[in-house]
Amino acid sequence: MASMREIKRRRSSVQSTQQITKAMKLISTVKLQKARTRAENSKAYFECMYATVTSMLAKAGNIEHPYLQKSDSKKVGIVVVTSNRGLAGGYNSNIVKLITGSGIEKENIRLYTVGHKGAEALERKGYEIVEDFSDVIEEPSYSDAQAISKRLLTDFAAGEIGEIYVAYTFFKNTVSHIPTLTKLLPVDTAAIAEEEKEGESSVDKLTLMNFEPEEEVAVGLLVPKYMTSILYGAFVEAVASENGARMQAMDSATNNAEEIIEDLALKYNRARQGAITQELTEIIAGAEAL
Amino acid sequence: MAERFELKIISPDEVFYEGEGTFLEFVSVEGEMGVYQNHIPLTTILEPCVMKIHNESEVKKAAILGGFVEIQKDKITVLAEDAQWPEEIDVERAKKAEERAKERLAKKDGIDILRAEVALKKAIARQNAVK
Repeated sequence: MASMREIKRRRSSVQSTQQITKAMKLISTVKLQKARTRAENSKAYFECMYATVTSMLAKAGNIEHPYLQKSDSKKVGIVVVTSNRGLAGGYNSNIVKLITGSGIEKENIRLYTVGHKGAEALERKGYEIVEDFSDVIEEPSYSDAQAISKRLLTDFAAGEIGEIYVAYTFFKNTVSHIPTLTKLLPVDTAAIAEEEKEGESSVDKLTLMNFEPEEEVAVGLLVPKYMTSILYGAFVEAVASENGARMQAMDSATNNAEEIIEDLALKYNRARQGAITQELTEIIAGAEAL
Repeated sequence: MAERFELKIISPDEVFYEGEGTFLEFVSVEGEMGVYQNHIPLTTILEPCVMKIHNESEVKKAAILGGFVEIQKDKITVLAEDAQWPEEIDVERAKKAEERAKERLAKKDGIDILRAEVALKKAIARQNAVK
């Protein structure tokens, strides 16, 4: 049996770890609330954008535009959204797994990373990282998203990448975060048309929408905005998910620490009782010997 | 009394404005536009500009920095990339931004003439909103 002193030391060390995890949990709860409000506020913009773009594409389904067609390049650009900090449970590794298990060949993937953790993990695995935008995730702003989508579009126009995806964690609710891989470009007109049929969007189907400038030009102007809004939405969701994941991880860490402390307390008491008994036996034995 | 339409201005961070109006002025990529209720359904792309929201005799101004407008018969939705009320605008900063953008345009050595132009338009729109 471990000595009393050893057990005591171990217990106090677990206790101070527990304090840290408790504090981290509280911090991420506050951050989560903030990030969640932000995600909810930006939802209106995103939904409206989506409705407009889908209705535009549904109407202008047959137009030819580089943004709507697959280009010759086999390379696939993926924006990977992870966090800059760890201790968030499976949050970062789930995204990494999503990339490695996506079925796209490693040689064809070009990564645009947002978040150190994902960038480091994927670099170790030998993926090609074109550019890193990790600072963005600290406090994502719409202009950051604009800068990134501009960079992506430049590479897309130059033929360096033929498709663009974004990998992020969708914030369903506080306990459920889903790693998601979404296609940004070329815009999947067939899928959109299908969805359009299923669910009625906010735009009244009977009204015939006019476009100014014409659809062909409007597509060129709207698609970058659409992309930016998806990217921004992805960042905001990812921040909420990160804090949600960290909150959960820290909650279970605190609970585990509690369990260990209880166990150690029991061991400590037992050891103490053992020491007392031993001492008593020794004294009695000594007295008898006289 | 002119007929009213519903107006919603949405920016990425918030629902910027929600209310009614009788007449709406803005600048699209095709030129200046004014919209009354019962306009034909139209989607158009915005330039950075000052949007004037008329409600009867009351006029509200806001700087809209790019985005697009979706006009339906009695409902107008503005998706702005950034929107500001005149009170929120830092005029000094906008002036400096204007000078910077002008310098860059004058030199013409930059790769990003387009960006400087947009920055200039935004700076001017901000200042106009305050006036």
